Amino acid sequence: MAGAQGRNGIVAGWLPVAIAAALFAFFVSLAPEVAAGRAPAVSWDWLPSLGIAFGFRVDGLALTFALLISGIGALVLLYSNAYLAGHPQYARFALFLTSFMLAMLGLVLAADLIALFVFWELTTITSYLLIGFIHEDPKSRRNALQALFVTGGGALAMLAGFILIGMAAGTFDIAAINAAGLQAHPWYGAILVLMLIGAFTKSAQVPLHFWLPNAMAAPTPVSAFLHSATMVKGGVYLLARLHPSLSGTEAWLWSLTLFGGATAVFASLQAMRQTDLKQALAYTTLMALGTLVLLLGQSTGYALTAFAAFLVVHSLYKAALFLVVGCVDHETGTRQVGVLGGLLRPMPATALAAALAALSMAGIPPLLGFIAKEIAYASAAQSFAPLLVAATLLAANVLMVAVAGVVAIGPFWQRARGPLPKAPHEAPWAMLAGPLLLAALGLGLGLLPGPVQTYLVDPVVLGALGPGAVPAELKLWAGVNLALVLSGVTLALGIAVWLARGAARRALERALGALPSLDAGWDGFMDGLKAFAVWQTRIIQGGRLRVYMATMFVVVAAAVGGSMLLRGALPAWPDLSDVTPQNVVLLGLIGAGSVLAAFTGSRILAMAALGVTGIGVAMTFIVFSAPDVAITQLLVETLIVVLVAVALLRLPQLDPTGRPSFRPWDAALAAAVGIGTTLVLLAVLQQPLDLSLTAFFEAASYPEAFGRNIVNVILVDFRALDTFGEIAVVVIAALSSYALLRTTAPVWGRGPGGTRR
Amino acid sequence: MSWLLAAPLIAPFLTAVAAFLLRFTPLGHWVSVGGMALQLVAAGALMAVVLDQGVVAAQMGGWPAPFGITLVADRLSAVMVVITAITGLAVAVYALGDVTRRMEELGYHALFNILIGGVTGAFLTGDLFNLYVWFEVMLISSFGLLILGGRPEQIDGAIKYVTLNLVSTILFLSGIGLLYGMTGTLNMADLAVRVPEVADQPLVTVVAMLFMVAFGVKAAVFPLFFWLPASYHTPAFAVSAVFAGLLTKVGVYALIRMFTLVFTGDVAFTHTVLLWVAGLTMVTGVLGAAAQMEVRRILSFHIVSQIGYMILGLALMTPLAIAGAVFYLVHHIIVKANLFLIAGVIDQAAGSNELKRIGGLYKAAPLLGLLFLIPAFSLAGFPPLSGFWAKYVLIAAALEVEAWVIAGIALVTGLLTIYSMTKIWGEAFWPAHPAGIEPSLSAIPRARRLSLMLPIAALAGLTLLIGFLPGPFVAFAEASAAELLDPSGYVAAVLGRAP
Repeated sequence: MAGAQGRNGIVAGWLPVAIAAALFAFFVSLAPEVAAGRAPAVSWDWLPSLGIAFGFRVDGLALTFALLISGIGALVLLYSNAYLAGHPQYARFALFLTSFMLAMLGLVLAADLIALFVFWELTTITSYLLIGFIHEDPKSRRNALQALFVTGGGALAMLAGFILIGMAAGTFDIAAINAAGLQAHPWYGAILVLMLIGAFTKSAQVPLHFWLPNAMAAPTPVSAFLHSATMVKGGVYLLARLHPSLSGTEAWLWSLTLFGGATAVFASLQAMRQTDLKQALAYTTLMALGTLVLLLGQSTGYALTAFAAFLVVHSLYKAALFLVVGCVDHETGTRQVGVLGGLLRPMPATALAAALAALSMAGIPPLLGFIAKEIAYASAAQSFAPLLVAATLLAANVLMVAVAGVVAIGPFWQRARGPLPKAPHEAPWAMLAGPLLLAALGLGLGLLPGPVQTYLVDPVVLGALGPGAVPAELKLWAGVNLALVLSGVTLALGIAVWLARGAARRALERALGALPSLDAGWDGFMDGLKAFAVWQTRIIQGGRLRVYMATMFVVVAAAVGGSMLLRGALPAWPDLSDVTPQNVVLLGLIGAGSVLAAFTGSRILAMAALGVTGIGVAMTFIVFSAPDVAITQLLVETLIVVLVAVALLRLPQLDPTGRPSFRPWDAALAAAVGIGTTLVLLAVLQQPLDLSLTAFFEAASYPEAFGRNIVNVILVDFRALDTFGEIAVVVIAALSSYALLRTTAPVWGRGPGGTRR
Repeated sequence: MSWLLAAPLIAPFLTAVAAFLLRFTPLGHWVSVGGMALQLVAAGALMAVVLDQGVVAAQMGGWPAPFGITLVADRLSAVMVVITAITGLAVAVYALGDVTRRMEELGYHALFNILIGGVTGAFLTGDLFNLYVWFEVMLISSFGLLILGGRPEQIDGAIKYVTLNLVSTILFLSGIGLLYGMTGTLNMADLAVRVPEVADQPLVTVVAMLFMVAFGVKAAVFPLFFWLPASYHTPAFAVSAVFAGLLTKVGVYALIRMFTLVFTGDVAFTHTVLLWVAGLTMVTGVLGAAAQMEVRRILSFHIVSQIGYMILGLALMTPLAIAGAVFYLVHHIIVKANLFLIAGVIDQAAGSNELKRIGGLYKAAPLLGLLFLIPAFSLAGFPPLSGFWAKYVLIAAALEVEAWVIAGIALVTGLLTIYSMTKIWGEAFWPAHPAGIEPSLSAIPRARRLSLMLPIAALAGLTLLIGFLPGPFVAFAEASAAELLDPSGYVAAVLGRAP
């Protein structure tokens, strides 16, 4: 195999790239049709009885995302093959990354909410496996779990919301839902909140953002693809997807504006503070997500145009920058701002890609980023709160300019600050192709924005706002207007901040460092959860059989007594007129046996007392003319007393004093269960007894079953299956006892716990 | 018809006898595998007939119901018998690589087959007292399986298991006596006719509560589940897998049967209690799992938690909810048994089930990792695996009747389930082995490895199948729910006349 790229093999190394490229070509071929306003769709029944279909529909929004996902996917996969050349687990990596790409495509193409959810969760799982790819590092594992838990939790809320939407709209078909709208439904509030939870966790809006910077524990191509260009835009996609059925209310406007705006400003401040290039980019991604949410909230033609344009341009430049940072990291061994420098000469192509992408990010003409920013500023003027929106955008964009400088100028154009871990040289072509192409697209599409307008932006805007909407025009020169002035101010302030970046970083360090850390809060939450779980389990499952038994009898008493009182099932006072002295004597015998058993401290005596109770019961059977039952009972009682007594004699005496101990709780519990049982029995006996079974057995026993002893006939014929089962029980009991005796030595006379075998 | 219903019962009992006689020969375990295959064929035949003809019944000994004992299979019974046979076959194959010679000589295969027979009997009987008998068969044979091996913790677990389950036995028997005293019958279909005719309906509710507690112990619901986490981590892995898959589900089955067929007169009370029980069971179970650091202990508490979902379906008592419960039962048995089987392979490959003492499996055994993730994520309810649809149906059923709180509990429990499943993943698979050794599957001899991995792969395949093609399975569950909510077909099949 020649070259570093060959080391991962054809299948793992190149097949995924080919798949992604083919998909990209396929989506490109769909573009004219979609731009003409059609939405090709396929659908199959999946769970027809619940109205769930498995279908795809390619409309403008879906196609824009699909092009980004498959296009950037192909470049990232190409890049990964070189970035992780020769990695022993590359096949798994490529499998996860390709699976992710397919899941993400499914997410944006799904025509059915439940199908969308399925793909949504598949991106969560693949993201989990990719963040934890460096699996022997505890930090990777922890961050992977954090991302899974936060986005998984949000997804569950979203699922509940989807089900509510399905019930409210009577369908899960997204187009149908959007056609009907949900704004007037009584559940709208609940649905919106659940959707926002789902979208804000996935797209990392403040205060649910903390998992995203941590997700950078993944290898850099993963960060570029999942946690910047595609997956984290899933939440934004959801909001855009349901825009027709959810937008237009005060709640929509305010929640998206405030959360999006807060995220954008907070994230750009955080980005300025970072010294790790990847972390800085992670926070600028947050800023972009916040901006996208903010723009979606405004719901005007300008805002939606800005949304679509910014979506595209951000994916291009951010993926490029992440890949650039990956190149730098790969070739120098570090990502620290304070160390890097002087890379222009050894890595000119990387520097070029970085410069182009950063110019787009900073919004400098003639790049596409400039146009997107212009339209965003223009949309602010039309929004419900122009000052608020404009100020938010301005603050965020200023810091973007500064961060762009930090990323693209520092490492390349400034002198090296010290020895780098590795002597730098240019990255291999496969790692340069992606960033260069993506960055160049930012320039090319800025100069010729027509295709973006026709194939990407306009279909998105019309899809979200309806066919009557007017998208804004993408152009480099729109005349001298407010937006241009704001752009100028942004650039000037941004350069100023970049020049003062050291001081700015220190100031932000002080200000933001004082804020409570949500990430630490997460650890506290998880520890608390664990501690609570341990505490509750120690209480419930303490390990003591006595407590378990007591609990069970409490439940019995509560179930019987509670239902009896609540349902009014108390028996009438029994008719005691036919009680004979004989009955009273027997009752006394049974009672005395029970009381003695309860109060004695001697095991043998307790056993004998229980025997007395049993004999009392047997005699009761005699009194009520069931001598056969009585004989059986007597035999059983006698045997039990003898056998248990023999066993007890072999047991060690734990309490040598043999003093009786009184346990009031146990007594009360025993009394409650006993009284409850008695009451139920009394009530049942007050019901008329249906004797049709007895009558049948009496009539059929001899003529049909040829037996004079009815009990025997019941046992061996009428209910032979019971008897068979009981015989099996006896046999197994013998078998089990044999096994028990053969596998364990007697406990006494040996070490504690017996012997092991 | 008699043979059709009796065959899934006869097969395991005959196999048990043969396996016992051959226990000292190497043939013993193959008899067990063959017997389970036979059982699966019998179960499949029964399912085919039930799908074709609806509820089928057979009077044992030819005595007409309600005088003799009736075996009866509706969709629920049939699917439970099929899934029992599938689990049984999987575990029988797995046992080839897991159960020691010594355990075989002490009658492992006989006990195992009788346990399967008892479970099957419980699903097929149409007679309340006969159900009690099958419960006893299960209890005693599972006790025998629990103590095989004779380690002290096994004995400790087994004693708790038997003692606590005997309470259930007593309550069940008392309930039967009381119900007989009120109605004069033991036949479940006949009870469905006669219980509503009892004059003192409040008393019926009280007796129903007694059954609820008795079956609640068997199903391991809050606060009656102590016996389960106390014992399931102690026996051989094959044993705990079959326990985990089947035993509690018999309790759930009995609850569903009795509280859709017989005790439906006071749903406002009984099923409200069940709803509370469902919620508390889900939460306490999943938190119990979060507190554990041993694979089988985690999985055991998760059984409890998952039982809560099934009870939730019963408690809501709508067609969709009951369908959800039935679907959940089937999905859960496959997934749960499989996870216990995997726990056994983890033990063999990495040397322990204690999470702090193992690791390195992701690197060394990626196939095992994949096979773990399928049931683990299915259990946690990730799509498109079987558990997602199970949870989906139940949560949709809860939202449908605007039971917001329980729907929320069910969702949060799903999240906490993810926590425990990823804990196993994040401790046993991802990190390096703390002792620095490379765990290895190839250290297990080839034949044994095959018999361990084959059933795991097959059960994972079933999980995927249900996940990708949920349509027929959900449709079946819905048809089953319709049968359960309108028992007239069941009653007519058993009593031979319209109710």
